[in-house]
Amino acid sequence: MTATLTPPAATRPPGGDSRRRARRPLGKNPLGLLFSAPYLVFVIAVFAYPLVYSVWISFHDFFFAAPGAQVERPFVGLQNYVTAFTDPAVIRSFGNVGIFLLINVPLTVVLSLVLATALNKVTRFTAFLRVSFYVPYLTASVAVVAVWLFLFNGNGLVNQVLGPLAPSPSWLVSEQWAMPTIALFVTWKQLGFYILLYLAALQAVPKELYESASTDGAGAIRSFFSVTVPGVRPATVLVLLVSTVTGANLFTEPYLLTGGGGPNGASASPVLLMYQDGLQQGHPDTAAAIGVVLVIVVLIIALLQNRFAGGQD
Amino acid sequence: MTSRTVSRRTVVAAVVVAGMLGLTACSGGGATTSSSGKGPITIWYSNNAQEVTWGKQMVAAWNAAHPKEMIKGQEIPAGKSSEEVIGAAIAAGNAPCLIYNTAPSAVGQFEKQGGLVDLSKISGAASYIESRSGAVADQYKNTSGEYFQMPWKSNPVVIFYNKDMFAKAGLDPNNPKLSTYSDFIATSKKLVDAGVAKVAIEPAPTSEFFQTQFDFYPLYAAATGGKQIVADNKATFADQAGYDVADFWQTMYKDKLSSPEQYTGDSFAAGNSAMAIVGPWAVSVYKDVNWGSVPVPTKDGITAGKTWTFSDAKNIGLYSACKNQGTAWDVLKFSTSKAQDQKLLELTGQMPLRKDLQTTYADYFSKNPAYKAFGDQASRTVEVPPGPNTVEMLQAFRDAWTKSVVTGDGSVKSALEGAATKIDTIAKQK
Repeated sequence: MTATLTPPAATRPPGGDSRRRARRPLGKNPLGLLFSAPYLVFVIAVFAYPLVYSVWISFHDFFFAAPGAQVERPFVGLQNYVTAFTDPAVIRSFGNVGIFLLINVPLTVVLSLVLATALNKVTRFTAFLRVSFYVPYLTASVAVVAVWLFLFNGNGLVNQVLGPLAPSPSWLVSEQWAMPTIALFVTWKQLGFYILLYLAALQAVPKELYESASTDGAGAIRSFFSVTVPGVRPATVLVLLVSTVTGANLFTEPYLLTGGGGPNGASASPVLLMYQDGLQQGHPDTAAAIGVVLVIVVLIIALLQNRFAGGQD
Repeated sequence: MTSRTVSRRTVVAAVVVAGMLGLTACSGGGATTSSSGKGPITIWYSNNAQEVTWGKQMVAAWNAAHPKEMIKGQEIPAGKSSEEVIGAAIAAGNAPCLIYNTAPSAVGQFEKQGGLVDLSKISGAASYIESRSGAVADQYKNTSGEYFQMPWKSNPVVIFYNKDMFAKAGLDPNNPKLSTYSDFIATSKKLVDAGVAKVAIEPAPTSEFFQTQFDFYPLYAAATGGKQIVADNKATFADQAGYDVADFWQTMYKDKLSSPEQYTGDSFAAGNSAMAIVGPWAVSVYKDVNWGSVPVPTKDGITAGKTWTFSDAKNIGLYSACKNQGTAWDVLKFSTSKAQDQKLLELTGQMPLRKDLQTTYADYFSKNPAYKAFGDQASRTVEVPPGPNTVEMLQAFRDAWTKSVVTGDGSVKSALEGAATKIDTIAKQK
């Protein structure tokens, strides 16, 4: 006796697929939708809706009005973009944040990887050292900024150590040094978070690879470049993306450390100008135009980073 | 693409759209308000200790007499600034009835947002405001002559100086030479050269728009006998008086008598500077300093009784989200009554915007002679220009100021002219 298997499709009546679809409009696992609904609602409410709304605002003559107020919000095409990007301060702010990213992102990647590798090998005081790097990340910027103001002002500790080598005007009031100082500050403050990312990634690098490299005669430096760096590549892409996105959103530091983007706008960031335009000066439409362009620029940078650093991962 | 994915995407898209519509719906609609409605109301007041004390006693006094129209008083919620918190509350439709910390520079924007009630439309309100504040009230009208704010209190800006430091530097602490620009600079040099303070005076050198109110504005008001920096939609400050004021401050920075770096903390209280440019609110802050006060300097020196300055006023706004505006107006009058203004004076040291301040509270000023000069100065104060673009104009000015005056980049004349051109354009925006 032979058993025969009939393909299920052959037994289905014509049109069975569409009837089943009709019975399951929510897909094969409707419970999944239920479980993901809270996060979906969160993403829609906190990210998607404001983003779409910002794009809409950027094409209209818009200001925040009281509910019920009779306000006309005519479509103005690209007028807000023209207003924003014919302002030299806005163009300069994009240049400023470019300088910031050029310093902050590579420094973050290199320092956090090197320090994470070193911390991974440390056997004593491990918890103390990891917490030490993480504390600045957890501390409120306002508190840390006050310490840096003391360190980097004209009579501060840094200048006293440097003596005649100290720049004049001092770091935070120098057009040349204000943004690099902010980049250094942010790198230091955020480093603990990225070190944690790399520490997690390092646990996934097989120890056998290090043993093989050692057997082949590789030293510590060679192992680092040939095993560690490729082994943590996904984490590197993540660090690149996150540090770029958070860096492009730079606000608190120029707001507090350099007193509103000074000196002479040398440390003003696009988000600081969005704050001034949108919230202080009542022009959320122009602010939205700056924001939309910033999102596009960051997306392009992120795509390039993913393309060139992400490889096949 | 299969029809199953289409179907699922359709459902997801429907959820997204429904969510958006829901949110949009949340932002629509408005509270039912009544200009004569009576009932409980909420008010916000500033969060400094003195004003909280004043606010609490005022609320308690009102509530004791009006059990059916109780006030719920609270400090303004924390935020980067009170103005942002208020602006957000207006847009969200949950602003309280009255806010006792409404900055005149923000009133134009709040009005444009539809967040404020036009007090001029309340029967007897305009005459009440004018009878209480006199001619000073004119500055608080919008360009159409309407009151969207109740002038409440001012903090006339003057020069505070540390008498002990002056004495240590060999200067007369009771008659300091600070009335002209050249005297002020010479005195500053003596103070710094004597090493009694690192800098002579340290106004905030930073780029925030409001800092202009504490360096340029008071001196320009004094130099011009109370001229606004914008009149008839045109900047006025690019004139000789404006150049002189800017030159004065540029010299202070250039000669290191003031610092281009922001100080962490209060420079005057910490003994880092020998002078400060502040209002009477500072009296309670500087209780550990042996201080004296003089009017802000002018080019040639004028008597204290003729010197004008910046008001640093905070006013009261009646907000359109208020359901019981009748009670709110009654509370507004109660809280600006002669008795409550006396409490304000006694508890905060700030000057009620009253035309007859010194005679009404003669006892207070005779018992507190330190405040007498502020009481006199309060009748000669200048406010920021009205309108929805005040902040934008002040920011344009500040940007030019920090560049040319604080960091010494370029001539002050061309900087002020550039700012004036920019402000002329901004002033015409609706």
